[in-house]
Amino acid sequence: MRAAVIVFPGSNCDRDMAVALKAAGADVTMVWHKDANLPDVDLVAVPGGFSFGDYLRCGAIAAQSPICKSVVAHVERGGYALGVCNGFQVLTETGLLPGALMRNAGLKFICKTVGLNVVTSDNAFTEGYSAGDTVDFPVAHHDGNYTIDADGLARLHGEDLVAFTYGDNPNGSIDDIAGILSENRRVLGMMPHPERAVDNGHGGTDGQALFCGLLGQLTNA
Amino acid sequence: MKARVHVMLKDGVLDPQGAAVQHALGSLGFEGVESVRQGKVIELDLADGTSEDTIAQMCEKLLANMVIESYRVEVL
Repeated sequence: MRAAVIVFPGSNCDRDMAVALKAAGADVTMVWHKDANLPDVDLVAVPGGFSFGDYLRCGAIAAQSPICKSVVAHVERGGYALGVCNGFQVLTETGLLPGALMRNAGLKFICKTVGLNVVTSDNAFTEGYSAGDTVDFPVAHHDGNYTIDADGLARLHGEDLVAFTYGDNPNGSIDDIAGILSENRRVLGMMPHPERAVDNGHGGTDGQALFCGLLGQLTNA
Repeated sequence: MKARVHVMLKDGVLDPQGAAVQHALGSLGFEGVESVRQGKVIELDLADGTSEDTIAQMCEKLLANMVIESYRVEVL
């Protein structure tokens, strides 16, 4: 599987993402935000961080960068994309995922490991888990309070597009939503960090199944 | 020409920052602050003749996130 990790000014989980993908066996290329073209890849990973200093809104400026036009085109062609933390914010700002991430309900930056429920395993990202599994991933965000209008929320539930929910909601997200899929199930956006849970040195390896599962699915595709 | 864009969370979208400001005003002893909504003001210095339609596009493509925010343009 070939993967590109997008790097914005202010990205700080880009190398962690690359390490996690490589550990699972992916061939990873780092792509600077000013590049207008993506290399030929199966997966685009939009990493966490504070792209453009979170100016205006988290992810808003990054979503207008040259590479994001190519990311949108990649997804529209049926390509896979994973957005974690700031990457999730960027994907909502581009419109590739519905809803928005607002300031945490408690107004504080939250940095801790949280328990998540795997809600569906019917997609390439979470097929390595079973629906109903619980996993521990770190979160580190100030703006992870997911919101969406009532129609959008009904669609997420109706089409089985909620991938992860929080066991103990840390940020006020509607219906405890921690991660969602696009309608074609090929884009996953999530606030918790699976790439920070892939090595025993991280204190847990619950994220490995996401990267290994993805690799298995996309390599066979 | 100058334009001032006011960006606010839409009605019905919970505003935790506004709620915190409201709470702080109460703590200072100000009574009767029934709600606080916090938004942004963005001032644009534009070429003369920039159309209202163009400004609206600026707002909808970047300045406001139309999922959760609304905007109002004041041409100065």
